[in-house]
Amino acid sequence: MDSGFLVLQLLNGLQFAMLLFLLAVGLSVVFGMMNFINLAHGTLYMVGAFVGFTAAARLGSFWAALVAGPAAAAALGAIFYALLLRRMQAAGAMKQVLVTFGLIFVGIDAVRLIWGDYAQTLPAPAPLSGSVHILGQVYPAYRLFIIALGLALALVLYLGLERTRLGAVVRAGVDDRATAAALGLNVERAFFAVFCLGCALAGLAGVVAAPVLEIYPGMDMTVLIPTLIVVVVGGPGRLAGAFVGALLIGMAETFGAVLIPDFASFTIYAVMALVLLFRPRGLLPARHAP
Amino acid sequence: MMSAYRAAAVAALAALLAAGPALAEEPIKIGLVLPFSGGPYVPLANEIADSLAMAIADAGGEVDGRKIEVLRADSTHKPDVAQAMAKKLVFEDKVDMLVGPVGSNELTALFNFANQSKTPLLIPNAGDNEATGERCSPWVLRTSFSNDQIVREMGPWMVKHGYKTAALIAFDYAAGHQQMDGFKRGFVKAGGTIVSEQYPPFGPISDFGPYLAKIKEAKPAAVFTFFAGPPATALVKQFSEFGLKDQIKLAGAGWLISPLNLPGEGDAAAGVLGILNYVPTIDTPQNKAFQAEFQAKYHRTASEFAAQGYDTGKLIVAALAAVKGKTADKAALVKALHSVTVQGTRGTLRIDSKTNNIIQDIYIYEGKKEGGKVDLVVLDKIPAVQDPPNGCKL
Repeated sequence: MDSGFLVLQLLNGLQFAMLLFLLAVGLSVVFGMMNFINLAHGTLYMVGAFVGFTAAARLGSFWAALVAGPAAAAALGAIFYALLLRRMQAAGAMKQVLVTFGLIFVGIDAVRLIWGDYAQTLPAPAPLSGSVHILGQVYPAYRLFIIALGLALALVLYLGLERTRLGAVVRAGVDDRATAAALGLNVERAFFAVFCLGCALAGLAGVVAAPVLEIYPGMDMTVLIPTLIVVVVGGPGRLAGAFVGALLIGMAETFGAVLIPDFASFTIYAVMALVLLFRPRGLLPARHAP
Repeated sequence: MMSAYRAAAVAALAALLAAGPALAEEPIKIGLVLPFSGGPYVPLANEIADSLAMAIADAGGEVDGRKIEVLRADSTHKPDVAQAMAKKLVFEDKVDMLVGPVGSNELTALFNFANQSKTPLLIPNAGDNEATGERCSPWVLRTSFSNDQIVREMGPWMVKHGYKTAALIAFDYAAGHQQMDGFKRGFVKAGGTIVSEQYPPFGPISDFGPYLAKIKEAKPAAVFTFFAGPPATALVKQFSEFGLKDQIKLAGAGWLISPLNLPGEGDAAAGVLGILNYVPTIDTPQNKAFQAEFQAKYHRTASEFAAQGYDTGKLIVAALAAVKGKTADKAALVKALHSVTVQGTRGTLRIDSKTNNIIQDIYIYEGKKEGGKVDLVVLDKIPAVQDPPNGCKL
């Protein structure tokens, strides 16, 4: 294995990990806070990508996609929440899984109806469409942008969670929801805010991934499983857990694909099994994790 | 008086009866089973169907006084629907022959039905080697290509042009392996060495980053690939973005730089080699006329799929003319399809009676940047490429 290969693969792994982090962080915190699992999280990733695609086509700018995609995903998330998910909170895990699983299929067919059953592409914006020299390698500039964006958002989210009032309510809610509510904190409202933010991040991931992957109805299914694995491996409920989980799974997938190609489809499952064997609650679980 | 009237009436009736069958002659029916909705091949299905109809219209739309009617059935990209549609076309609509499918996923279903019902089936795209090899049927003919036929000549050509080491990459499915094996055999025999082979899982995944890192590490002189549609665009672009283009020659089965993909690929397609049965820039009167007609109608360059559709229509019309529009004897119709030679968009075309696969010219070409956009320039032509029987006994 030469050093060039290692550098390229580490960058590729980091880039995939940042996408996974954007997807997993909302899911993880919501799961930790409310013990609520939203399988339709991937649908918001897909909707973000498609709305972003349309916005970029209409307004002629990738940056329009970067705003419109997350906004649409957050709005759709708010509708999901108001119509369905709020009532499902007390319904138990099985019903939540079934309802949100059903939403996945509704989402795919709705996207097919609106955008057609084609794969679409969203080109990277002009300033980022070239390549740069980094650590002796040629690397696509856009992929470095994904890495930078992911790291920057991780930092912003960390500060938001640690330094703001909303962050404090969220942390209290994750640790002990009943007590936090009894102390007069509006956990419900914090939950709604976090839920919408998580949806926006999923939509953002959809737009950001589009120039590297492609946009098509059903693209949500390919990221749902790795995202759930990230949540499980990292330990639900914590930002740091989602971050570490995403790094681990991103690297495992990227290196597994070429180093052990015959087992590439199983690499991330093997990693999950190993983690669960030694840390059944994930690598960095919240204190009161479910 | 009465008898004269009666005689006139009888004469008139007799004349009517004699003329009747000619007037009310049933049209010749051709049933297309293609994925017009659903799945990734919708644009391909339309290119094939539109061009096939164009070829029939160009030939006057009839043979020996019988109108040629084209019936479209939507397979929705599902094998069971494809088979149900084929049954409906044959048993209810009484079509004389079937045309389909686009992708190999629907091929077995259509193939088996045509074989059992003894209905002539013309394959206008799917390239599975076995359909005109080991599994060949007297009723299933191919007007497009076999996977092996497309890539077989590329190995020796590349060695001859100085590319002695190659890395292979294709999706992990039958067509991917058939294309890579076809290239590899000729390449190794001519003295080339394969330094790396990668088969990512078949699917829409088009992040080639990890695989490109591996190729870069293997340091081959060239890469040979088989990708079509959006993954092809992604590979060509990422190959350039990862800086491999300056060190390694990218080559592939020609769908890699199809006219359908060139707009998305941009400058990254410059210098990429392709091998295929069609290039829009083929310099023959037949192809120029076809491109002109297609572009006037659809305002874009006709792709290799459109060319295959047009040539399929041309072969059908020629065969129908050979049997003088009499389609009741299906075995005679197949025989006529074997007997005709047409000057198609792709060059001289004939269906091999030994394998039922088409005999056609294969083109090697390269993306060249000219006047702000990349065009496909033909470098070489291998005439009349014919498949060996490959286990087919016809």
